[in-house]
Amino acid sequence: MGETFEFNRSGKPQTSGAAMAAADLKQWFVREVLPLEALLMHFLHQNWRNKTEIEDLRQDVYAQVLEAAKAGIPEKPKAFVITTARNLLIDRIRHNQVVPIDAVNDLDELNIAIDQPGPDRSVIARDVLRRLQAAIDLLPPRAREAVLLRRVEGLSRREIAERMGVSENTVSDHITAGMRALADIYLGEAAELRRTP
Amino acid sequence: MSAADINAKAARFLERRDLGQWSQADQAELDTWLNESASHTAAFWRLEAVWQDADRLSALRSFKPQTATPEPRREIWPILRRAVAAAVVVAATGSAGAYYLFQPEGERYSTPLGGREVITLFDGSQVELNTDTQVRIAPAKRMAWVEKGEAYFQIKHDAAHPFVVSVGDHRIVDLGTKFVVRDEPGRLEVSLVEGRARVEQLNNAAKTAVLSPGDVAVATANEISVTKKTEKHLASELGWRRGVLTFDYTSLADAVAEFNRYNQKKIVLAPGAPKHLTMVGTFPINDVELFGRVAQLVLKVHVVNKGDKVVISR
Repeated sequence: MGETFEFNRSGKPQTSGAAMAAADLKQWFVREVLPLEALLMHFLHQNWRNKTEIEDLRQDVYAQVLEAAKAGIPEKPKAFVITTARNLLIDRIRHNQVVPIDAVNDLDELNIAIDQPGPDRSVIARDVLRRLQAAIDLLPPRAREAVLLRRVEGLSRREIAERMGVSENTVSDHITAGMRALADIYLGEAAELRRTP
Repeated sequence: MSAADINAKAARFLERRDLGQWSQADQAELDTWLNESASHTAAFWRLEAVWQDADRLSALRSFKPQTATPEPRREIWPILRRAVAAAVVVAATGSAGAYYLFQPEGERYSTPLGGREVITLFDGSQVELNTDTQVRIAPAKRMAWVEKGEAYFQIKHDAAHPFVVSVGDHRIVDLGTKFVVRDEPGRLEVSLVEGRARVEQLNNAAKTAVLSPGDVAVATANEISVTKKTEKHLASELGWRRGVLTFDYTSLADAVAEFNRYNQKKIVLAPGAPKHLTMVGTFPINDVELFGRVAQLVLKVHVVNKGDKVVISR
């Protein structure tokens, strides 16, 4: 690694104030951390063989990032997130003696180009609708239909149930499945969906 | 709890808050759950953020989910009588004399701009015509001629009698097949969806390509080249059968050309319009105004609706 970021013992001054207000923390998480999900997922997929554990790893990274950020917002979110992920992978290997030796492809290779500038915010904003549409297209058909009826047509749960000819409980199932898949595609595959020049 | 369980629970809360009854007790329950761990908080904030972003989809208000209302406007205009068909051919070729001298074989079918038509042959084979298309079909001879436009063939295989589609000086010989034929000036495109087929040039046995599913053959006067496309890509290209156009990093110029194939109301790119910007998404095939609105939002172009046309400029 060219640089190491040890967020808990950093000598750098953190943002002033002890505890972050929850609203600020949320805003930071949504604006700075979530857009990095594609990068994070790429990193996890590159460096962890057992794909069934990726969702758990992502979840743990987010939890650790949030937990740490309560003490102060990190200055470099990208480096912070990737370092958290890297340390998590290393911890997993150390604490789990039955992990096969190739669980991680090559720890020294965990050096991702974290200093690359991301797309600027105006490009991201312009891309939102495009990426949403692309993500919607990839949803399972029933979930897509329910999500569109809710988000585009603004129908109620009962109206959606009538339109789709299913029970309201089933609508809830489609919507929740749609929410989760939409988040995975929209955030996780953003890198692939980025606009071509 | 696994991440999957946490995400499922977060989605349940979000769905209830957005679609169901939401009381103070519900809010208290959510707050308690969120405060239990940073993992719960992260999961909920993440789903909530994306779900809120999805609200922007309301910009597509007139977009109807295809499964809910599968009713693209269809202007079907089958021409079943030869007399009328003859008039169409005359208009198309401008050579009435030639027509009567060499009366072509088969029944003629055509669709106008924006039209779509399914022709079922006696053996159950189907030919589906896209916009502005003209074909002749001789079912008993298992032959068809694509004179103009695009058609999707689903052919019931008969090993003893292969179905042959002629386009100009090329022939497509079905070997048990679903395929699309698109005839453009100087260029023939054949996409194989299922089965096998052979594309060949008349009088030139060397110019032959055998296609397997996913193959797209492009034939010009001089050569036949074959490329591979994914199933998803082929399905997108057949969107017209469902009344939609699907774009996948399609340039503005190509997207506009596609819309103009189907609609009287033309989209015009003004000089300097950013025609190389690309788009992703699915649109109703006949909703030019919706396309204009989305282009305006997504590509930040100026779109002016002038009644008989839509002008897009920088």
